Formats: sequence, structure tokens, C-alpha cells
Amino acid sequence: MEIGLTHYLVLGAVLFGLGLFAMISRRNAILVLMGIELILNAANINLVAFARYNGLGVDGQVISIFVIILAVAEAAIALGIVLNLYNNFATVDIDEANTMKD
Amino acid sequence: MLEQIINSLNGFLPETALIVSMLVTIILDLIIRKKSVVVTAVGIAGLLVSMYFAYLQIGAKAILFSGMVVVDPFSVFFKMILGLSTIFVLLFTTVSKEIQDSTHKNEHVYLMIAMALGAFLMASSVNMLMMYLSLETVSLTSYVLAGYTKRVKRSSESAMKYIIYGAASSGIMIYAMSLLYGFTGTMNIYETSIFLSKVNLTGNPLIVISIIMILAGFGYKISSVPFHFWTPDVYEGAPIPVTAFLAVTSSAAGFSVLIRFITNSFLAGALVQNGNFVVIPGVNWKEIIIVLSVASMILGNFVAVWQTSVKRMLAYSSIAQGGYILLGLSVANQQGLAAMLIYLMAYLFMNLGAFYVLILIANKLDTDELIGMKGLGYKAPAVCVGMGIFMFALSGVPTTAGFVGKFYLFTALIESKLVWLAVVGLMNSVVSLFFYIKVLKYMFLMKPEDGSTQKLQFGAGAYVIMLLLAVPTMFFGIYFTPLVRIAEYSISMFGFR
Repeated sequence: MEIGLTHYLVLGAVLFGLGLFAMISRRNAILVLMGIELILNAANINLVAFARYNGLGVDGQVISIFVIILAVAEAAIALGIVLNLYNNFATVDIDEANTMKD
Repeated sequence: MLEQIINSLNGFLPETALIVSMLVTIILDLIIRKKSVVVTAVGIAGLLVSMYFAYLQIGAKAILFSGMVVVDPFSVFFKMILGLSTIFVLLFTTVSKEIQDSTHKNEHVYLMIAMALGAFLMASSVNMLMMYLSLETVSLTSYVLAGYTKRVKRSSESAMKYIIYGAASSGIMIYAMSLLYGFTGTMNIYETSIFLSKVNLTGNPLIVISIIMILAGFGYKISSVPFHFWTPDVYEGAPIPVTAFLAVTSSAAGFSVLIRFITNSFLAGALVQNGNFVVIPGVNWKEIIIVLSVASMILGNFVAVWQTSVKRMLAYSSIAQGGYILLGLSVANQQGLAAMLIYLMAYLFMNLGAFYVLILIANKLDTDELIGMKGLGYKAPAVCVGMGIFMFALSGVPTTAGFVGKFYLFTALIESKLVWLAVVGLMNSVVSLFFYIKVLKYMFLMKPEDGSTQKLQFGAGAYVIMLLLAVPTMFFGIYFTPLVRIAEYSISMFGFR
């Protein structure tokens, strides 16, 4: 069977769904951040697949490199914030570190 | 290629000035090694230079860096708004006890300049990749700023919540952009519009799904319902100058990128007929914007009524104000856009003013709770009168700038036969009057709890900054012709008109 654009798009959609599910269901801050990484990678797969199969040149690949760099920057800052949260609350559970309520 | 980049640098002077002043403040901070007003002053000077370069760009139209960034009256207008609000917030940090007592030295100065740089780029980007990158520049710095006072529990909690919501919404946005990229074959918003007006879109779900998911990214920046969940907690937990920064600068930048994206990529050939936008058939963004706007107004205003903390109340009020501003986009004509810009100018002064007075009060009382402000009108009359001006302006009472903004928004709605929407907005203004006036009731009509009438002392500088915000709030409420002129001039963008 020939691997085509559809396969990559389905893979991207599945990764996106898993990422959303991880964000909604997990309460551990690190796992939520992993869900966000999954969403960004789903976007990367889409971009590269579209560029490859729709004959859009290297635009898609270049954009996905930018997204990868941003994902790294975001992860660095997020882990710093998680560390600070742990210092203050002695937990990385985002439901337990919840002092502000309506 | 190289020649084009070198030519583009000429139109990139405001941003270059910001980059230089950011680097200079970093180096100064390393040399001085203690808290110092000098670093803030250099930062403000850098912003003024950048705004001067932006001022020189008035009337210019140019595409820079092979269709990534443009210079047009619309972007220059937003550069002015964003630069001015950053200068005010930097002034606030010199007064705020939270920032001055924190363990950091002068990091906030260059973080805020970096955020202003991202916001400048947001206002002028015409490529979806550039929009995403600049939006993330603003977001990444604001995550750090929200957790700036890192020993304070609620500050670190707010940074955590902010980064989770922010990263999730921008991730969803780039996923939708990747879908749109595959569909149209381009990231440039003009080419997107040209492509979309050629194909038959009726009954195509992809485009509506993409719009909604992209709006998740922009909607989170302007804290519009249903992407607002981070707003109350982050606004409450972050230091007040940072809250003011998020409420005004970050949200104004969000509006600039939202307006440009919607009006340039989803209009038929980016054309305008008699001032009205020609919407591409099958792209129902107008209805989506109306839903977001009405939901934001209603939720923001009604939940704000129950709040006991003034900071949290202002957070919900910002959600509602974002709803009012979105009304201008749902009209889908030039008049509505001009009304949005007028409102944003008024919003700059009145919202920054409200947060500034809150900074002054929180410095003395160490609380932002409503109950602590009982009888404050006797102890600090001048500051409380200032609060009164900003509260009346936010609720849209005549002779303040807020009234002018609402007046133009509702006029635009009525003239394009959206009377029911204007009525909803008007009813919401009445509700909002209730909780804005409640603050004044606590200040002036209640006796202090401890019965003391000891006057609170503020420095002369504190009053000067307050006057800088209060005078325009009143002045533009009476003499608003310049506001209208500037707004009507600034709505001309590339791609349309």
C-alpha cells in the first residue's frame, strides 16, 4: 500500500486528539505540558506532509522548524515555572495548587 | 534577497530601536547590579525613540521581509498605543511595592520591552507564521512576568495556569493554521483571501473549524469567552503592574492581529464596497464574532458583580470590555473598525488608570479586597477621586473617554441594522455601572473599620502619573475630534481600501 497524504493527516489528527485528551485528563503539570508538545508535533506533521504532497516547496518544513524551536523555548520556560510551583506548593498537581477561587 | 532584507531594515526602525534598548538595559542591569531607576529610565527612553520612529512612518506603506511584515497606518496606530501603554507600565513599576520588594533586580524592564517588541510585530505581521511567532514572543515573556514575584504563592500559581492555557491555545491555533496552509497552499493572509474567494466554500466544514480553532489562539490573547478561563486567576495572582500590562498592551496587540487576520484573509478578494466588507460566501466569521462578543459581555459583567477583590473584579471587567470592542468587528464595515480603535484609545487610559490607583492603594493597605477599602475616601481623597474618574469612564458615563468609545460602537451597530446587539451592549453597560460604582460606595459612603481618619501620604510623582492618565480620560470625553480623526485615518490597511 502506498503511503499518501491522508495517512499523515490521520496521524496528525490522532496525535492532536491524544494531546487534547492528555491536557484535559491529566492533573500533573508535566503530563499536561507533554500533551501540548503532542499538539505542536501534530501541527508539524501536517505542515511537512502538506508541503511534500501538495508541491508547496520547502515552506512547510521551514515553518515546522520554527514551531519546533518555539516548542523548545516554551518547554524551557514551562519547566522553570513548574519548578517554582513545586518550591511554593511542594506539588506539581495543578488541582492541588489552586488557592484562587471564584 | 539580501538587498531586499537591507531595504526592509529601513522600515523596521521602531522594532530595531526596541531590540537595541532591550540589549542596552540587559547590559546596564549587569553593570549596576542593584535595583535602580536608571535602567527603567533608559528603557522608557528606548520606547520613546521607537515611538518617534513609528511616528515618522505615518502615511508610509511598505511590505518588508518578503511579505512577513508591513508598515501601514493601522500598524503605526497600534505601535503608538502599545508603546504608550508600555511606557506607562514601566512608570508603574517604579511606584509598585510588589515589584520593588521582589528578589529580582531590573529584569522586568527588559522583559517588558521584549513583550512590546512582540506586540509591535503582532500589529504589523501579515503572514500566519509571523503572527504565531510574534504572539508567542508576547506570551512567553508574559508567562515569566506573571510569575515575577516568585516567592509569592499566588503569583507562581498564576504563571502555571497562564502557561498551560496559553500554550494549549496557541498549539491549537498553529494546528488550525497548518490545516489552512494545506487547504490554501500559503501562509500569507492576502494570498489566502485570493484563494478562498476563488473556490466554492459553501458546506465545507474545514474552513469554519479552522476559523474557530484560530480564534482560540487570538481569543485567548484578548481573553474573550470561551477562551477566558485563565484571565481571573492570572490577573489576580500576577503583580498589579503586570496585570495592567496584560489587560491593556497584550490585549490591544491581540485585537490588532485579530482585526488584521479576519479582515484581510476572509473578505472576497480583500475588497470593500462603500465601506462595507464583502464576506466570502461560506465563511461565517461574523456570526462567530457576534457569539464571542455577546458571551464575553454577559459573562464578564455578571460575574464581576459578585467579586470581593477589586483586582479580580477588574479581570472580569476586562473580559467584558473585550466583548464591547469585539462588537465593532461584528459590524464588518469601516465605521465599526474605526469605533474599535477609538474604544481602544479610551481603554488605554481608563484601564491603566484603574490599575494604577489599585497599585497605589495596595501599596498602603497590602490588600486588593473591597472590604479593606472601606472609608478610604476619607484617608486618601485625591486617589479615590481618581479611582472614581476611571470607574465612571469604564462604565461609559458621559463626559469621559469611555462614553465616546461606547457611543461610536453603538452608533456603528445601529447604522448597520444590528439594533438588538446595541441593546444588549447597552443593558450590559447598565449592569457594569453597578459593580464599578460599588467600589466608590465602599470608598466614600462607608466609615473606616478602625475608625481612624489618618491621612495616607503619597509622593508627588505618584500624583503626576495619575494626572497623566486622568486628564486624557476626561479630556477625550469632551474634545474627541482628534480621537475620531486618528481612528478614521488608521483603519486603512494593506489589502483593503
